[in-house]
Amino acid sequence: MLILTCPNCGVTAEETEFHAGGEAHLKRFGPGSSEEEFEGYLFMRSNPKGVHFERWRHAYGCGKWFHVARDTTTLEVFGSYSAQTTEPPQDILDTIEDRRPGWSPAERPA
Amino acid sequence: MSTRLATGGRLLNKSRAVDFTFNGRQMRGFEGDTLASALLANDQVLVGRSFKYHRPRGIVAAGPEEPNGLVNLGTDGKFEPNQRVTTTELYDGLTAQSQNHWPSLEFDVGAINKHLSRFLPAGFYYKTFMYPRAFWKYVYEPIIRKSAGLGKAPTDRDVDTYEHFYAFCDVLVIGGGVAGLEAARTAGRSGARVLLLEQTAHWGGRAPVDGGTIDGAPVETYLADIIAELEAMENVRMRNRTMGAGVYDHGYVLGYERLRDHAPDEQGPRHRLWRIRAGHIITATGALERPLSFAGNDIPGVMLASAVRDYVVNHGVSVGDRTVVVTNNDNAYLTAIALKHAGLDVPVILDARVLPQDSELMAQAKALGVRVLMGHGISKVNGTKRVTSVDICSQAGEGAVLESVNCDAVAMSGGWSPVVHLWSHCGGKLRWDTAHACFSPDTDHAPKGADGLGFVTPAGAASGMFALDDVLHDAHAAADGVVTSLGFKLPKDSTAPVAERREDAPMAPVWLMPQGAGVKLREKAWLDYQNDVKVSDVRLAAQEGFVSVEHAKRYTTLGMATDQGKLSNINGLAVLAGTLNAEIPAVGTTTFRPPYHPISMGAIGGEARGPVFQPVRRTPMHDWHDKNGAVWEPVGQWRRPYAYARAGESTHDAVMREVTNTRHKLGLLDASTLGKIIVKGPDAGKFLDMMYTNMMSTLKPGKCRYGLMCSENGFLIDDGVVARIDDDTWLCHTTTGGADRIHGHMEEWLQTEWWDWQVHVANVTEQYAQIAVVGPNARKCLEKLGGMDVSKDALAFMEWADGTLGGFQCRVYRISFSGELSYEIAVDAGQGQAFWDALMVAGNDLGVMPYGTECLHILRAEKGFIMIGDESDGTIIPQDLGLGWAISKKKDDYLGKRAQERSHMTDPNRWKLVGLETTDGSTLPDGAYAVGEGENENGQRNMIGRVTSTYHSPTLDRGIAMGLVLNGPDRMGEVLRFPGTDGKTYEARIVDPVFYDKEGEKQNV
Amino acid sequence: MSEPVSALNNISHTGGIASISEIGPLGMITLRGDLSAGWMRKAVSAAGGVNLPEQGRSNFESDRGVAWMSPDELLLICPYDEVSDRLERVQGAFANRFALAVNVSDARAVFDVSGPAAREVVAKLAPVDLAPGEFEPGQFRRTRLAQVPAALWMLEEDRIRLVVFRSVARYVFDLLSVAAQPGSEVGHF
Repeated sequence: MLILTCPNCGVTAEETEFHAGGEAHLKRFGPGSSEEEFEGYLFMRSNPKGVHFERWRHAYGCGKWFHVARDTTTLEVFGSYSAQTTEPPQDILDTIEDRRPGWSPAERPA
Repeated sequence: MSTRLATGGRLLNKSRAVDFTFNGRQMRGFEGDTLASALLANDQVLVGRSFKYHRPRGIVAAGPEEPNGLVNLGTDGKFEPNQRVTTTELYDGLTAQSQNHWPSLEFDVGAINKHLSRFLPAGFYYKTFMYPRAFWKYVYEPIIRKSAGLGKAPTDRDVDTYEHFYAFCDVLVIGGGVAGLEAARTAGRSGARVLLLEQTAHWGGRAPVDGGTIDGAPVETYLADIIAELEAMENVRMRNRTMGAGVYDHGYVLGYERLRDHAPDEQGPRHRLWRIRAGHIITATGALERPLSFAGNDIPGVMLASAVRDYVVNHGVSVGDRTVVVTNNDNAYLTAIALKHAGLDVPVILDARVLPQDSELMAQAKALGVRVLMGHGISKVNGTKRVTSVDICSQAGEGAVLESVNCDAVAMSGGWSPVVHLWSHCGGKLRWDTAHACFSPDTDHAPKGADGLGFVTPAGAASGMFALDDVLHDAHAAADGVVTSLGFKLPKDSTAPVAERREDAPMAPVWLMPQGAGVKLREKAWLDYQNDVKVSDVRLAAQEGFVSVEHAKRYTTLGMATDQGKLSNINGLAVLAGTLNAEIPAVGTTTFRPPYHPISMGAIGGEARGPVFQPVRRTPMHDWHDKNGAVWEPVGQWRRPYAYARAGESTHDAVMREVTNTRHKLGLLDASTLGKIIVKGPDAGKFLDMMYTNMMSTLKPGKCRYGLMCSENGFLIDDGVVARIDDDTWLCHTTTGGADRIHGHMEEWLQTEWWDWQVHVANVTEQYAQIAVVGPNARKCLEKLGGMDVSKDALAFMEWADGTLGGFQCRVYRISFSGELSYEIAVDAGQGQAFWDALMVAGNDLGVMPYGTECLHILRAEKGFIMIGDESDGTIIPQDLGLGWAISKKKDDYLGKRAQERSHMTDPNRWKLVGLETTDGSTLPDGAYAVGEGENENGQRNMIGRVTSTYHSPTLDRGIAMGLVLNGPDRMGEVLRFPGTDGKTYEARIVDPVFYDKEGEKQNV
Repeated sequence: MSEPVSALNNISHTGGIASISEIGPLGMITLRGDLSAGWMRKAVSAAGGVNLPEQGRSNFESDRGVAWMSPDELLLICPYDEVSDRLERVQGAFANRFALAVNVSDARAVFDVSGPAAREVVAKLAPVDLAPGEFEPGQFRRTRLAQVPAALWMLEEDRIRLVVFRSVARYVFDLLSVAAQPGSEVGHF
């Protein structure tokens, strides 16, 4: 069972306080988007073995969403950061580069 | 015979006798006994029968590795099967029954299997019980079930209670032997928060039995000092009778505390499950002795050498008058020495090794007059329910008997394996230690935590250190490293205590005795005592191609019994490796999974049983409903009255009465469970236009509008009435099950997509008690209460107003889910019961009756109103339900709009909502499917529709239903056939879903 | 209006290792808005009578005070009969700014767990480090109590106050009573 730190309230808590929300940094496609764009947005996920950016909600705590960068195989947590961003911040990317040299982000299937 | 000695027994309080029964026989032990030691003291060596062959089995070990001594313990509500005699502390009045035999332990019919053993080899079940298939249910399974199995399943409800406890520490030390104590003291001296767990009732582990000198004093002195020092440390907590059961991700550990197992009559919870989060874990879990594989090694009286020693020293119990010791290492000589010191006879030590010179211990044994035969082993143990003699052979040979020695016990030692379970649970890797012929933790590959660093460190015997001095040094060093990595510092003068070194001769691996044992001997050489797996079985598995250790395990069931292979694992691997001509580390081990030793289901459940198994949500009027005949219906975690049954009235009749009364007079519904969410801010209108399919921004203050919510997939997820409170405030009603979900849904979109929009949402569901006042007399009732104007002109249909009624501050919504004149009135929850009472009094002359959810369903179905969860099921879009009118054509976007443009969503062949009227007035079965012409590609009849809601309408005195039907709205008047599960076929005509008051005159008065 | 009632009519349970009592009704107002704004600080001190608390903390003076709920949410607590007055004061201070104040007094149930084993009783149910030194008066924690959300803080050593949703008041009371059953001392803190 993981422990995560919620960047919104500063609490480090066990996984049972949180609710997982799947892959982070999806771009919404609404009316007017192509079938491919919409399919990609709604259904396609990268599901990497390794570094993953994901959404979590501190459901039993402050109720706020945040992002976590985590390794899906070792469960190492590289850091948590604001939900109000469209991409991982530099300090998180630096930490990942430091711990996983030569790492590159997983592609989402087309 | 096994018996209690006149002297000895360091754990016993001989002034306190304890009475207990085994298979109905009265026996007596002492305080400090385990059930195992007490049974042995009463000459009860035979304690059970093996799983497959029902062979007589005796106690082998003295700890959790015991494979044979499993009993049904206790009676009635305290009955529990499969309790290990070696880990059960004796208490007054204990009752134990042996398992897996019929009709009795001494005479067992199933033991005939042992004569069939050559017909029951590895994989027997897989090979035999295959065909014919029909035999499985009626022949094979009943027979296997009757003859297999261990203890009995309890029949009574467990009368004990259990609980959890969340604990946090910097350093968790698992194991209270010398390594654990030393590691805890070292870590404690750094100021770190330390928690030390020990599974038994005693501190010190094996050390007091095996002896030695630490810092010039006996082990006992060292233990007394260190325990006192630890107890005095403010930052250290010690828990005995608490086992480290499992190590999980990110430093999570389950500890299993047995609070009342030794004192079942005392008040309080029986077990406590510690849910521990540790910065770092030190596993000081010791080592387990391995049996030797020789013919007859399962005959009662053959025990681990260390167990024989434990019983003598700890419990003053002799397991036999004449004990033959057989070993491949020096450690077992301690047993011979302990037995001699206790005045018992050791006719011979059979040592499989050939050594150039005697070690210290060998010399000591010889000096006590014990005969030692080097290079020898056991060809065969003789006896059935008890050892009578052993046949001696050369270890290097094939088992030719050189000599027979009479004895009534055999103490065997095949070397020691570190307890690596907790190290391995979360991914710690192992390395093969050739010198000790065992797997030990590979500290370069520790389990990794949240920070990517190792979070488990083994110490002492658990890390492969076997000499006392090495153990102490290793424990000190392990704790030093751990606290340093956590940012604590040891005092400069902290050093490990020094133990006197004893020079032991190296052990020699022995996986089969004698090494050239032929098939006849191998067939009697047991690896797994509980599951009856022999050396010959593992060899057969390998020959049949089960060369992976995980496959061989499952094929032979080696290590799959309740002891999870604590004794058999390494010996089995070695036999497999030997058969495959491979190195043991190349064959590898099976996976170590938690728990280390079985833990109770009660402990896992903790407090969650009985009334607090799950939260039940109650409205402010819950108790009133309960007192007034409510038949409860769970709706999510809420309980809502399904109907209020009167004395002598069936639930169905109550529902019919409630419908009729509400249609003709006055009904009250507790609608408090409906979600109420405030949405406020400059962008609230824009936000609600995205949330709902219809336009909410144009709603005027004071007005209400019914709205639909879809997921981004386009599917309908919720509905409800939205009221605009003021310029920038709306109040959204959700379904009962939807309040938390929809509140979360709104927050998610605001926080993760439109975070620059200025909107606040607040879930105020439970702030209010909400009561629907429904029926032709609704207005009269409110007027009787007096207060605000609720006339048609002052408060028209789909309007709301704040005011007072009967002196209660309230908000009144003129909305209707029944088609009747209806007001939904919200008051503060703390006023709810009083307001309900006031309505019941005011409505007394007007025919008021409370009504439940089933009545509500019938009322809405008569009006053709959909219900989320009935007409919708997560695959339904509003367009399927004829709700196109609630989908704004003017909006560029709303959640689900893009999805609803996808080809499958716009397919004209999607099933659409219609009303259904049976041709004979009967009620359609719920969920029934309408059959069409022809068959699908699977040869099943084509389906063209299904029933989503179906009721008997007392208003129309006939069955009414709604359903989704292929091209339904275009097929009005057509009759469909619905085969029921009762064998009947129902016929129903497609009609308009609005059955009652199509013009809506009744609600708009 | 009739006398407002708490969910369980101030039920209490003694005889266990800690005493459990439902208190209230207690006045509670949820405040949402920019916590860094000057007007918010003013609103808090005007209506709450205390300074705006820092992250994870609360400022209480007996039954009055304010707790930090999330980066844009506070909980103002006061005697029940002061709610409308304080709500008015908050709304006055908020004026037309983007902020929300809403009365949630009746949506909650409040319990006090008291006695030397108070920390232990709560630590049986909440995955929070409640050891002395780790959790002290002044701290405010939202978490899970068995299967329901809860907020908790210490009024003083040996007394923990818990706020939960009203609908689960009975569940929480039963839960705490079970956790405080006689003979269940942990002796850990």
